[in-house]
Amino acid sequence: MSHAAMPGTYLAEGSGPRAWLLTTDHKRVAWLYLASLTAFFFLGGAMAVLMRIELATPAGDLVSDDTYNRLFSLHGIIMVWFFLVPSIPATLGNFLLPLMIGARDLAFPRLNLASWYVFIFGSLFALFAVVAGGVDTGWTFYTPLSTLYANGFVSTAAFGVFIVGFSTIMTGINFIVTVHTLRAPGLTWFRLPIFVWTLYATSLVMVLATPVLAASLILIVLERVFGIGIFNPDLGGDPLLFQHLFWFYSHPAVYIMILPGMGVVSEVLPCFSRRPLFGYKAVAMSSMAIAVFGFLVWGHHMFVSGQSAYAGVVFSFLSFCVAIPSAIKVFNWSLTLRKGEISFEAPMLYALFFLGLFTFGGLAGLFLAALAVDVHVHDTYFVIAHFHYIMVGGMVTAYMAGLHFWWPKMTGRLYSETSARIAATVTFVGFNLTFFPQYVLGFNGMPRRYHTYPPEFQFWNVLSSAGAVVLAIGYLMPLFYLIWSLFRGARAPDNPWNATGLEWQTSSPPPPHNFETMPVVTRPAYAYDMKGLEHERFSPHREEAAQ
Amino acid sequence: MNFGVPFFPQEASSEAGHVDALFYTLLVFSAVLGLTLTGLVVGYAVKYRVGSKADRTGQRSRTMWLEMSWTAASLIIAFIFFGWGAVLFVRRDHPPADALEITGLGKQWMWEFRQPGGQREINELHVPVGKPVVVSLASQDVIHSFYVPAFRIKQDAVPGRTTHIWFIATEPGRYHLFCAQYCGTQHSEMGGWVTAMAPEQYAAWLNSQGEGETLAASGEKLFRALGCSGCHGASSKVRAPSLEGIFGRPVALDNQQTVIADERYLRDSILNPKKEIAAGYEPVMPSFEGLIDEGELQMLLAYLKSLSPQPIAGAKP
Amino acid sequence: MSGTESVAFDTPRRERRADNFAMWVFIGSEAMLFGAIFLVFLVAHIDFGPAFAAASKHLSLPLGTFNTAVLITSSFTMASAHRLALHRRWRATIWALAATTALGACFLVVKGIEYGKEISEGLAPLLGLPFRYAGPDPVHAEFFFGLYFTMTSLHALHLIGGIVVIAGMIALWRTASPANRLRRVVAVGLYWHFVDIIWVFMFPVLYLINR
Repeated sequence: MSHAAMPGTYLAEGSGPRAWLLTTDHKRVAWLYLASLTAFFFLGGAMAVLMRIELATPAGDLVSDDTYNRLFSLHGIIMVWFFLVPSIPATLGNFLLPLMIGARDLAFPRLNLASWYVFIFGSLFALFAVVAGGVDTGWTFYTPLSTLYANGFVSTAAFGVFIVGFSTIMTGINFIVTVHTLRAPGLTWFRLPIFVWTLYATSLVMVLATPVLAASLILIVLERVFGIGIFNPDLGGDPLLFQHLFWFYSHPAVYIMILPGMGVVSEVLPCFSRRPLFGYKAVAMSSMAIAVFGFLVWGHHMFVSGQSAYAGVVFSFLSFCVAIPSAIKVFNWSLTLRKGEISFEAPMLYALFFLGLFTFGGLAGLFLAALAVDVHVHDTYFVIAHFHYIMVGGMVTAYMAGLHFWWPKMTGRLYSETSARIAATVTFVGFNLTFFPQYVLGFNGMPRRYHTYPPEFQFWNVLSSAGAVVLAIGYLMPLFYLIWSLFRGARAPDNPWNATGLEWQTSSPPPPHNFETMPVVTRPAYAYDMKGLEHERFSPHREEAAQ
Repeated sequence: MNFGVPFFPQEASSEAGHVDALFYTLLVFSAVLGLTLTGLVVGYAVKYRVGSKADRTGQRSRTMWLEMSWTAASLIIAFIFFGWGAVLFVRRDHPPADALEITGLGKQWMWEFRQPGGQREINELHVPVGKPVVVSLASQDVIHSFYVPAFRIKQDAVPGRTTHIWFIATEPGRYHLFCAQYCGTQHSEMGGWVTAMAPEQYAAWLNSQGEGETLAASGEKLFRALGCSGCHGASSKVRAPSLEGIFGRPVALDNQQTVIADERYLRDSILNPKKEIAAGYEPVMPSFEGLIDEGELQMLLAYLKSLSPQPIAGAKP
Repeated sequence: MSGTESVAFDTPRRERRADNFAMWVFIGSEAMLFGAIFLVFLVAHIDFGPAFAAASKHLSLPLGTFNTAVLITSSFTMASAHRLALHRRWRATIWALAATTALGACFLVVKGIEYGKEISEGLAPLLGLPFRYAGPDPVHAEFFFGLYFTMTSLHALHLIGGIVVIAGMIALWRTASPANRLRRVVAVGLYWHFVDIIWVFMFPVLYLINR
């Protein structure tokens, strides 16, 4: 990056490895995270592509069954813990939270840097497990397979995930304290941008759920290494106990993975519609409701596990309840567009695609919450399609929306708008081609985690594999044009989208301590309908065309 | 018609139609709601695109009643789907009393079944059409899951406990049997076929398999071979309780509690006899943990159940 | 900035409040960790009550009680350190902190003796050591001891963490400003009390059930 050309910004504060690796500036820590998470995203993605190529034919002809099992286990472990959980919070959240609330930094800058080092330390264990021979338990580590029968590097990987948990907790504590103590004068709770609300809700879940995962992983490692039999029926333990503990974390973790995405979209949609967010309070409160209800629905992963039928009924009821706040959000986002003045820059395209994919993923959730239907589609490709629509179609798309939206702020550069629009569209098409067939496969009964499958499922598998290639291209494109923009991109103005947030009130890229003069807030969030704002806009696309 | 491409799975059990009714209702609801929202978003995006002449004046309608009403509507619809799914689900727990009882044992990586008449099958399961069948499932090693898509049923087989699944096959044919819970290296190979046959063909098939030993009969042999009958036999009531008719009956324990002698109790009493001691007896029975495998345990349980006058098929703990 | 450790704060007072709040959030997180394991214990205790009660009789009540007293005393010395720091009596504060670590170390030594005793009696289902147990229902007694070792060693790890942090604080005492000294004493004090409270729950649950 040619930061020397941008004096007075955080990028000009020294450029050697020391200046980056020992920084406590939240904006630079965000970049450290961004670089490492991007590496993990493409590592996990490459595994997914390999799996999809293997599944293009019913027989197991590309990789062996052991290799295939390791591929999907590591794909899950890497994508969940080393990409999705930290993705938006640790990168965009880290960069933007202080800027959006008008603070000079997070409450604990050194803790923030430490969290990255802990993340890297944990990820070394995971990478070691990959290189040394893999893990073959699935990302869910179900006992007794993981404790007594699996022959991969389960303890190493579990330990890596355990360590990364600390990094998550550190980030969570930092965010919670920052939101409570460092809001700018006049920035009341109900003037906070929704992105801040969702980061806050996410942090609560991180802080309260991650330790339960830590507890279950401790017990697994104790069982593998020391032979304590908490989950081993031969020693008086109970394998289902693990599932309870694991899902008590992992279901809330799903909301860790989607809430920040909802926050990003709540920033982007109003900006490019020039309208305030419809039903601001409902969206803010539904984020909190999701965080709370998320703790009460873990048992819906266990309807056919042998837990009591009445527990199943209760968990199904609560799962339907948690669908309501998500539905409310979708309605609010849709109505935000009404009477707007909508333009379709790349962040907006990604946000609109998010809206569609999240809706179709969420609706599939109704099928899974309905007990009798879940019995049929549980552990089939229907579930795979459902959570990829939410996690990839939702979260990753929102992540891309956010990255494109705030890229000018983060780098002071503009990317190629045309390339970005093409990439967004390719991603959308590739995504649907990959995952929609999996709904059909699941309904027809193809179980997940299958290395080989009966030949009649081949048609849909071929479609899905073809889609995976398109999707991979859609994700590789931004890698090139975004990096290119770092060196050759045009200079970005301070507020290229003419957005209302505090982060746009400072220069692009921001100075080391974010604001030259500390801001005072006098307006609610998303005041796009206020005089003087509604018609101004800057379109990099038009500028590009003019050149 | 469909060029060999599956769009819908076959319906081949009594439950399949009910499950599908709910599934298709959900599908229609999701399609309508999803496409309406898509239409709304695309419509707004076109109508209110920048530079369009659309009317943007006027207050937007009051949001409060709108938000209240869609929240309420979502709640009501969610509760309908919840109730519908739950009613069907709870039925899983109540197999008909006259069901045929088949034992299934999952192990890495095969399914082993035993017909009521004792015929053994590996990765194949033959069942009669039109008659309720209960499969009681156990696992030798890790968690497996018994899944027949055409029947819309699935149940995990969990080590250390017995689980049950029941169905009535309605269409003769051969249907996929899968293991749905990831269970290690050859997970995707673990499965086979369920063959549903007309009752007379089923009877003929059973005969052709030869008069196997029933599970209970094997259990009885094992009961003697392991020396259980030495203490629990009819002639030696002094040292151990008689097991005649014990299944499903309450048992008084030495700690003044009473438990029902269900599968869980019998299993524990064999593997871990000191846990719950019948009142009036010395805790002298040795544990059979590690001495018998899950398959032999199933035989013993079948034998003990056969000692009860009316076996209660699939009684849940 | 004016005497704050983080650039984000403009006054030390606001920073101390934030520190305090962060410590409470962290304690909430820790409570979930121990809560999960307590819950496992509780569920197991409901299932195998008699076996657990019998197994718990094999733990050493005198050593456990002694350790409880040691930890409660250490909480008292920690609280004094806080009071002394508020009054800026730094020398006395150091002594109170040193006493706290000494008591923590004493707890660990006694715990080690207890572990040694249990291992020699064959009550430790660890690392494939033989499990020799004479009472009823040895399978679930083994489960009890598995949980006992998990819970107490997790607690001991937290205590070691606390001791290391206090030791580090004492080592860096000279270079720290008065405001920072107070901040650190308050924060580590909260943590220390939390770890003590965990033990106060663990002691009756493990040692006193159905005595």
